Amino acid sequence: MKRTVISSYSTRKALIRFFQYLVLIIATILIFVPIVILLFGSLKTTGQMYSEPYTIPNPPHWDNIISIITSPTFWNLMKNSIFVTIITTTGAVMISAMVSFVLARLRFRGKNFVFNLFTIGMMFPINVAILPVYLVLIQLDKLGFNLVDSLTGVIMVQIAFQLSGNIMILSSFFTSVPTEIQDSAYIDGCSNFDFFWRIMLPLVKPALAAVASLIIIASWNDLLVPLIVLNSNELWTLPLGTMQFQGQWSQDLALISAFVTLSAIPTVIFYFFAEKQIVSGITAGSVKG
Amino acid sequence: MRHLNASKLNLQSDKSPTLRPRKKETLFIILFLLPALVLFLLFVIYPIFRSIFFSTFDWNGLGPATNNIGLGNYKKIFTDQVFLKSMLNVFIIIILSLGLQLPLALILSVLVGRDLPGRNLFRTMFFLPYVISEVNTAIMWTLLFNANPDRGLLNAVIVLLGFNPIGWLADSKIVLMSVFFVLTWKYFGFHMLLFLTGIQNIPLELEEAARIDGANGFQNFFFIILPLLSRTIRTSVYMSVLGSIQQFTIIWVMTGGGPVNASETMATYMYRYGIVRHQLGYGSAVAIIMFLFCLIFSLLYQRLTRKPDYLTGL
Repeated sequence: MKRTVISSYSTRKALIRFFQYLVLIIATILIFVPIVILLFGSLKTTGQMYSEPYTIPNPPHWDNIISIITSPTFWNLMKNSIFVTIITTTGAVMISAMVSFVLARLRFRGKNFVFNLFTIGMMFPINVAILPVYLVLIQLDKLGFNLVDSLTGVIMVQIAFQLSGNIMILSSFFTSVPTEIQDSAYIDGCSNFDFFWRIMLPLVKPALAAVASLIIIASWNDLLVPLIVLNSNELWTLPLGTMQFQGQWSQDLALISAFVTLSAIPTVIFYFFAEKQIVSGITAGSVKG
Repeated sequence: MRHLNASKLNLQSDKSPTLRPRKKETLFIILFLLPALVLFLLFVIYPIFRSIFFSTFDWNGLGPATNNIGLGNYKKIFTDQVFLKSMLNVFIIIILSLGLQLPLALILSVLVGRDLPGRNLFRTMFFLPYVISEVNTAIMWTLLFNANPDRGLLNAVIVLLGFNPIGWLADSKIVLMSVFFVLTWKYFGFHMLLFLTGIQNIPLELEEAARIDGANGFQNFFFIILPLLSRTIRTSVYMSVLGSIQQFTIIWVMTGGGPVNASETMATYMYRYGIVRHQLGYGSAVAIIMFLFCLIFSLLYQRLTRKPDYLTGL
């Protein structure tokens, strides 16, 4: 009697497991369909794309891939994107860390004001702000600052809109470092800068890495800021170039597939290396509360 | 953890030593705040005021703005059918996101649960679309949505099943649903990540106690998981609404807001009328309206939930 109860319990459990996996695997397949079709398309000729659009490319044709990676245009887009992403990330992390340190660790008049000021940025996302920012860029350009049609302009705007969120994350990490460390550092004659640079930054390294990974993704994938700021095609970044490429070759679906595949590869590689940092960056604020 | 208020920060630093040379410390504070403040004031705060100013002008950006029309732009915006349509579309996207996208993410998170073998693998795969750029996402799906069944996979399947091909992006009645489908593909993994972390933070003893008391799976879901996840759910709702208000890239690349404005959102409207057509005064007014939407929603959210858990619009 007892045995049958147990076995029916475990078959029920096995059934539930089966159902769980079934649904999750179907969802996984749905997610991967567009990616797989894209990969297939990138290894086909244009003719094959029309005659047998959904099959495995057999044999694979590397012509489209090769023609893209041997063209200077693609590498120029890549170069611009790498440049913008590196400077934006370094700049945004450093500047946010400096503000967060001062807000979390030092006492001064107007601190609440500064903190509240930066929270405004979180209600004013870049997609909403883009036209106002464009107005200011034109104005600054007229005043002689070369920000329109320059990568510097893209970088400055991207950094400015990264500040709020990162300051909120980082100041909470800086606040959580025990005060005893600060006391003993200052008693040992540590200056503010040394304390920040030699003690605090190394202590919050995981938070810096998490924040940096999120900025890298945001900056690398950003279309709107480059779209507004850049005119000359030798300055275009990868997303902007990809969009223009699609417009230009809209009939050649195989070539577009190849281009999109190549432009997505860096992101996917980065994701597999930095998944832990990305995940902790996103969950840092939201769940623990 | 991202929720912090200034008083909490104050409290912390009150404990820190203050017997520093005042002048040197003031200089240090100014130097550390300066770069951020300059960039922030110049590119985030000042543009708001500049836009408020120019939103009262009929100005195309060439030459100085001289034709002040008061609230004329705002009147024109709220009587423009296309803008009203774009507002309605944003509203529909918000409703669909809250009604379909978040529940889907929640159900899948509960299915993955806290200890399913392969849990992390599923998380990795479901989150992948979030890191692929919006431009690449949009182009990838445009290929699948191709109306010709010999080109687009979705219609090939539909024809195979014996139905007529659907104009996914060409039919003005369907286009918004197609776009929403892509938004779900891209963003449900983000919400799932939040939910999964939230579920893992629910004390295991609670679920076990409920089970011992004879709670079945559904009771467990509705009376344990759902209430304890309410903070995370609120965060998701906030992110989802704010994200919907500013939806631009995927729609712009896939449909350009078309056909005949059927998939226009406020952000594509602002880009088209403000920047492409260079009506900078009119576009400024659109920007201010969108800003007010974000602001009102954020304030309402804070009022209703008391504690904002997550204030960034990533």
